[in-house]
Amino acid sequence: MITVAPEMNQPATSLQLDLENLSAEQTALEIKDLDLYYGDKQALSNISMKIPKGQVTAFIGPSGCGKSTLLRCINRMNDLVDTCRIDGQILLHNQNIYDKSVDVAALRRNVGMVFQRPNPFPKSIYENVVYGLRLQGIKDKRKLDEVVEASLRGAALWDEVKDRLHDSAFGLSGGQQQRLVIARAIAIEPEVLLLDEPTSALDPISTLVIEELINDLKNKYTVVIVTHNMQQAARVSDQTAFMYMGELIEYSDTNTLFTTPKKKKTEDYITGRYG
Amino acid sequence: MKQWFKSGSPWIWMTGGAVSISLISVIGLLAMIAGRGLGFFWPAEVTQFEMHRGDVKETVIGEIYDREMVPVERLKAANIDLHGFTGDEVERLLIKTGNREYVDLDFRWILATDIVEQSTPSQLAVFERSKNGNFYGYIESVIKDGKAVEESQKLTVLDELVERAVELNESALDLQNGPIGHINYDLERLRLKEKALDLKGELTHEKVAEFEAERKAYREQYLVLEKELFKFRDAAKRDQVIVKDMRGELVTIPLYQVLDVTLPNDMGLLAKVGHYFKQVGKFVSDDPREANTEGGVFPAIFGTVFMVMLMAVIVTPFGVVAAIYLHEYAAKNSITKMIRIAVINLAGVPSIVYGVFGLGFFVYMLGGSIDQLFYPEALPGPTFGTPGVIWSALTLAILTLPVVIVSTEEGLSRIPSSVRQGSLALGATKAETIWRIIVPMASPAIMTGLILAVARAAGEVAPLMLVGVVKMAPTLPVDMNFPFVHLDRKFMHLGFHIYDVGFQSPNVEAARPLVYATAFLLVAVIVALNITAIGIRNHLREKFRSLEH
Repeated sequence: MITVAPEMNQPATSLQLDLENLSAEQTALEIKDLDLYYGDKQALSNISMKIPKGQVTAFIGPSGCGKSTLLRCINRMNDLVDTCRIDGQILLHNQNIYDKSVDVAALRRNVGMVFQRPNPFPKSIYENVVYGLRLQGIKDKRKLDEVVEASLRGAALWDEVKDRLHDSAFGLSGGQQQRLVIARAIAIEPEVLLLDEPTSALDPISTLVIEELINDLKNKYTVVIVTHNMQQAARVSDQTAFMYMGELIEYSDTNTLFTTPKKKKTEDYITGRYG
Repeated sequence: MKQWFKSGSPWIWMTGGAVSISLISVIGLLAMIAGRGLGFFWPAEVTQFEMHRGDVKETVIGEIYDREMVPVERLKAANIDLHGFTGDEVERLLIKTGNREYVDLDFRWILATDIVEQSTPSQLAVFERSKNGNFYGYIESVIKDGKAVEESQKLTVLDELVERAVELNESALDLQNGPIGHINYDLERLRLKEKALDLKGELTHEKVAEFEAERKAYREQYLVLEKELFKFRDAAKRDQVIVKDMRGELVTIPLYQVLDVTLPNDMGLLAKVGHYFKQVGKFVSDDPREANTEGGVFPAIFGTVFMVMLMAVIVTPFGVVAAIYLHEYAAKNSITKMIRIAVINLAGVPSIVYGVFGLGFFVYMLGGSIDQLFYPEALPGPTFGTPGVIWSALTLAILTLPVVIVSTEEGLSRIPSSVRQGSLALGATKAETIWRIIVPMASPAIMTGLILAVARAAGEVAPLMLVGVVKMAPTLPVDMNFPFVHLDRKFMHLGFHIYDVGFQSPNVEAARPLVYATAFLLVAVIVALNITAIGIRNHLREKFRSLEH
């Protein structure tokens, strides 16, 4: 039985957003009637939601509910799956990212992603951070140095690695690696940062550091996080979406969702009846 | 008993036994080749036999090469009289008697029953000669510049004189291969240039005169060098040594033919060890002599290593690129699967078939076309349209391509997809991901493929006989003449050298130890190439060791 005391965990949001009627300025992403199929199997059905700018939005739900799939739709990672077919729209700056004219690489530069397990490249810490910049052809050493410091500071890793920037990234602990991956993602200054269960492979202390980091990140980026851990969702997010069997069951601000869920399924899940 | 079977012990014994048998055969093979091959360089004692057969008395001097037991019947059938000998078998010895120009054969079987006396007298000298093999005998006198050297000093003086002659010969050879070879090469290029102009119809009288002047200049240079060459040669011919051979006759050996003089029966252990390493050094650094049955194998070592490296340079990019296409870009359907199976099966095609393909396609078609397009002036003499080191390397590259493709693909499939996705999520395209992340991470697997390819290629002989290997190449594929690397040249190869020395040589007995020594050297070269590649691979592995496996 999981009980969540909202007044302790809920981050202070002065402003309650009306998620159904967000203005264009307040919206980072809009998902419209999204259906997704893996071959014949429908994995997401009729998802519509607006993700607010500069806030942390969490997707929760039992295993296989489609929350990671939905997240991976936002930067078109599902393109890598041959059998995947998508109907509907996701709007970023009022443009459908599934439009034929969209440059996927440019989209992904704008929508960064951090995965479940830390996946640093077999390069030095420095080269990991500047990877995205090198892809863009930036060679100016001063600029790269600046970005490395800013990104590592942004990912709360600078003090731990500043003396060994040119050592292999594999020498870092799991938690440090995950923060390095976050630094790598924010080095190219995306608007949206997608976090796919970023702490599921980490120990509790590293998890805590990452959660604090997520709180800092929302000042600059729109963060969307998928998590298995409801306390984590309650701790870090402003909005929470509960998904079940490929459908969006309930989507509201975190406080409301955890204290007064409107749907029976949501209540069952957050009180630990299944999942 | 049943309990014993259940415990699994029989399995452990069986599997362990299989491993031991494999190990024993590998170690046995290496030990035999190494023992026979390397033992050849040890200065053997020279034995003097006093023989008595019927009324004939004779002295035989030489190294004991082999001994065996022969049934008496067989000797009787060969009309050999064994007076008063009782028993079923008789021992006979194979003696290397040398002195090839004075006896019928420089190897000779003698029966142990004929030996009256056997000794290893001191002062018995072995002359290693540049022609006609070894000479065994007693040094009677040393002639320096027409005068006999004092008896007490003859050995020290002989050493000095031999050294002098060897040095003069080397100077002559250097002159011949260096400046004189260079002039010949330039003259040939001049001739081709002239002919090329002639073919284009641009050969005017002035040009002809120019060429003639150039040629004259070269000829003058040549005459100067030739004089120098003859000077060296004449100087080398100054001294002689007079030797009493086993027939008791005095033989004069000119010192310019002598490479080394040793008195093996008087050598201490240290001297023998020194001599041993000197001989091994000569074997790996000298050119072959006497139809490859004597001298060293340096051109073969160089040819083998050069060709294998050239092959590696060709096969690696090809194989890696093909594997990347198959694994990363090709649709995952039955056609790709069939291509993959076909690639794997290519590895099973007998290598001689590749040789035939190489000869038909590379040498005649490709090489022939290159000649017509770029070297018309040399025709009808072929430049690339004849077997050469580049065609050998290409043929072996095709032969080893499947190995590289298969192991590269294996390496590509082992890279965790999370790393791929991490790169894509940062806005990299697929190509950028492949070249910046995937290929570097797969490089240990690529090296594994290369190791297997090198191991296979270095040992191939059959296809090479069709596309570039020769018994004796006059020049190395790399020399000081422009353009320094001559990919069209034929080359020597250790594997073919073994075949040639073992089967094609006029003196099989003399060549046998060389076969073992060359085989050992071939194994050593392959092992050295592999160890280098394995070292590089381990370094790469360490570098790309991911935490995720």
